[in-house]
Amino acid sequence: MIAYALTFGFAAVGIAQLLSLWRLLRGPGSGDRVLALDTISLNAVALIVLYGIAQNTQVYFEAALLIAMVGFISTVAYARFILRRDVIE
Amino acid sequence: MSEISEIAIAAAIIIGGIFILVGGYGLVKLDNPMSRLHAPTKAGTLGVGSILVASSINAFATGSGSLNEMLIMAFLFVTAPVSAHFIAKVAIHRGRIHDELPPCGEDDDWATKSDDVGASPPPDTPNHPQTEGSKA
Repeated sequence: MIAYALTFGFAAVGIAQLLSLWRLLRGPGSGDRVLALDTISLNAVALIVLYGIAQNTQVYFEAALLIAMVGFISTVAYARFILRRDVIE
Repeated sequence: MSEISEIAIAAAIIIGGIFILVGGYGLVKLDNPMSRLHAPTKAGTLGVGSILVASSINAFATGSGSLNEMLIMAFLFVTAPVSAHFIAKVAIHRGRIHDELPPCGEDDDWATKSDDVGASPPPDTPNHPQTEGSKA
C-alpha cells in the first residue's frame, strides 16, 4: 500500500515542481519568481523525504534539513536584495 | 510493520501530495501576486508537514524511531511566514499594486511604505560615525 502512496506522492510533488518552474520562467514580477524559487526548495524537501521513505533509511534527513535552511535564507536574501539593492548593509 | 501504521503512512503521504499539488496549481492558476502568495505558503507548507509526519511514523514503525523530522517541520513552520512576509513586501513595493491597496485607516500610508524602509534605497552613507574611529 505504501508503494502506491509513494508513487502518487512522487507524481504529485513532481507535477507541483513543474508548475512552480513554469511560474519561475513566466512570472510577471520578480516577487513571483522569488516565490516560485521558495516553493521549489520546499517541494525539494518533500521529494527528499519521500525518497527516504521509499529507501527506508534516515540518511537523507540532513540533506532535507540543509535544503530547508538554504531555501529560507536564499528567499530572504533575494527579497532583501530586490527591496534594498543590498543584502548585508 | 503493522497494518495500522501502514495505513497511516499511506494516508499521510496522499494527503501531503494533494496539498502540495493544490499549492503548485494555485501558484499557476491565480492571477494576482498577492493571491498567488497564498497557495504555496500555506498549502505547500502543510503538505510538506504531512509528508514529514509520514516519514516520522515510518521511522517509528521500522524500529529506529527518532524525532528528526519534527526538527525540519518546526523549522519550516517558523520560517514560512517570515519568507511570505518578505515576498509580500516585494510585491507591494515592486509590483505596481499600490492603487489596489485598501485604505489604511488613520495613518498616512501603510507602515511598510511610510518610512525610509522600502522602495527607495537610503542615501549613500558610508558607515556609522562610531565605527570610523575604531577602524583606524
